[in-house]
Amino acid sequence: MASADILCSFKEMNVMSDVAQTADGGAISTSVPSFSIWHPGLVAAVFWFLTAAITWGLPDVIPWGSQGLFAAMTAVGGGVLVALALTIHHLGALGRRIAYWGPWFIAVGVWFLVWEYTTAKTGWLPKPFFSPPHGLLQVYVVDWSRLLICIGYSLRLWGIGFFSGITVGFALGVALGWSARFNYWGMPVLKLIGPVPATAWIPATFYFFPTTFHASIFLVALSCGIPVAILTAAGVSQVNRAFYDVARTLGANERFLVLKVAVPAALNHVFVGLFMGLYYSFAVLVVAEMLGAKYGLGWYIAFQSAYSAYANVYATIVIMAILCSGLVKLLFVARDRLLVWQEKGLI
Amino acid sequence: MTALVKEAAVQRALSLDIRSVSHHYDIAGVRFEVLDDISLSLEPGEFVALLGPSGCGKSTLLRLAAGLERPRTGTLLEDNTEIEAPDPSRLLVFQDPTLFPWRTVRKNVATGLEARGLLPEKAHRIDEALSLVRLEDFANAYPRQLSGGMAQRVALARALVNDPGLLLLDEPFGKLDSLTRLSLQTEFLKLWQNAGFTALLVTHDVEEALLLAGRVVVLSDRPARILAEFKVPLDYPRHRDDPDFIRLRRDILHRLGVQNV
Ligand SMILES: Nc1ncnc2c1ncn2[C@@H]1O[C@H](COP(=O)(O)OP(=O)(O)O)[C@@H](O)[C@H]1O
Ligand SMILES: [Mg+2]
Repeated sequence: MASADILCSFKEMNVMSDVAQTADGGAISTSVPSFSIWHPGLVAAVFWFLTAAITWGLPDVIPWGSQGLFAAMTAVGGGVLVALALTIHHLGALGRRIAYWGPWFIAVGVWFLVWEYTTAKTGWLPKPFFSPPHGLLQVYVVDWSRLLICIGYSLRLWGIGFFSGITVGFALGVALGWSARFNYWGMPVLKLIGPVPATAWIPATFYFFPTTFHASIFLVALSCGIPVAILTAAGVSQVNRAFYDVARTLGANERFLVLKVAVPAALNHVFVGLFMGLYYSFAVLVVAEMLGAKYGLGWYIAFQSAYSAYANVYATIVIMAILCSGLVKLLFVARDRLLVWQEKGLI
Repeated sequence: MTALVKEAAVQRALSLDIRSVSHHYDIAGVRFEVLDDISLSLEPGEFVALLGPSGCGKSTLLRLAAGLERPRTGTLLEDNTEIEAPDPSRLLVFQDPTLFPWRTVRKNVATGLEARGLLPEKAHRIDEALSLVRLEDFANAYPRQLSGGMAQRVALARALVNDPGLLLLDEPFGKLDSLTRLSLQTEFLKLWQNAGFTALLVTHDVEEALLLAGRVVVLSDRPARILAEFKVPLDYPRHRDDPDFIRLRRDILHRLGVQNV
């Protein structure tokens, strides 16, 4: 079925989770030199200290606030890096894990320095479209309570929508993959409606549902329910018939065949659907919040950009990046737990 | 193992009657004859080997006996009741082990008990079955971690744990290395002698048939017909260098069209 190519692209995507497994695996050397100073740490510390120095030492073109706080944070960061540079070889496995990220510490230091200098200190990248790092920090300092509330609202909407969507989608997918009659009536409908972007339903749903909150839940649920349903159906219908034969000779009834044979055999497909659904649900969540909500991260972005408060917008995007990638990571962990049986090598 | 044998002895051996069974498949609209008027009766507790060239329809006959498919003509009876659907009283050990890859070895073996809701009271039988096939150390391994021979042994344990009255075996030792095969054949023979279930063993190995079975049924090329039946009046344990064994082997191979052996 058409989901095959989607499936392929998601197989590739899964590779993203395995950070350390690159083709040139040995390129980033983490070997321990004989005299025990970790040089990348020192180099990184230099840039972090420089950032602290210009943040504190040079005046802002237009004051952003939180200048001292950011200078202190980067200075502490630099101090920690110096400490690590001297002690990292005594820290064992943890030390090696930290050392692996050495080039990144340098890159972040350089990035802070350039960013700070080109925005706050020279104004080459002007307000309001650009913000220095301590501009974002200032947003968290000033507006943290409202942001926390928005995070809470977004997570609530996403949680209710996502979990109801994947529950219904999964049940529907099992039914479609298992029962020929259900498949006959259900599959054409799903194939017709499935490709319509969930956001296309926004005007209609805002009209049909009593509140925009309910409408938004429905949209999030729809966006993740459909890929889960399609891929679960594909997975269940592709299960090797021999498994059913074995189970039937062993005395399995239909319930056992569905729950203990079809579903575990299809789980790989189900997870591909879940990953797709997760990404779609983020997109729909933000759009729905921008259009109809009274709180939430999407609403916050729309509200702040109306006032050209782009620092607030960027600060919110950083929060979203952390939340969304955290949820993706959680799903990877769940998948690896549930599909431990198909990993290569010994347990 | 002795415990497994003792308890298994409680299970009554079942008879199998195959009466004028013919079967065909339709492949792309073409009728494809597989079984041609097969009639065969197994007394309760009997051990019969079905010998035939590959592709002649042996596995198909076992699928019919297991109740996974219905024959186009003819009937199959278990203890004089027509076989219409699978039933755990008669178990089929498939040619491929077909273990559930998402279940550990122990859970694979437990499948039958779990499906019938017998798991709590009969859980101890799982360990007995695992030690019978000498896989107790692999109870928590997943099928991908097993060799082909080990997987086949798990499949055997998965059937035996249910105390079948009739065991249908589709070349169960075919994929094992020769040493494992010999020891497992011996173990299996002991098990059959003690537990006394009825056994129908499909094989393409003449020596295996002669080592184990009381009767050897020789099938023709597809569509399978019964070419000949040989009684094997030898005492257990049988020896390959026994003159009667060698004579029977030559006769059977001759019937299968192989000469000068
Ligand atoms: N489900 C099926 N559909 C169509 N043809 C089949 C099916 N099962 C088996 N056959 C055909 O029937 C013939 C006999 O198969 P099988 O019983 O597996 O032979 P054997 O076990 O003796 O090697 C083979 O030629 C095979 O291609
Ligand atoms: Mg076969």
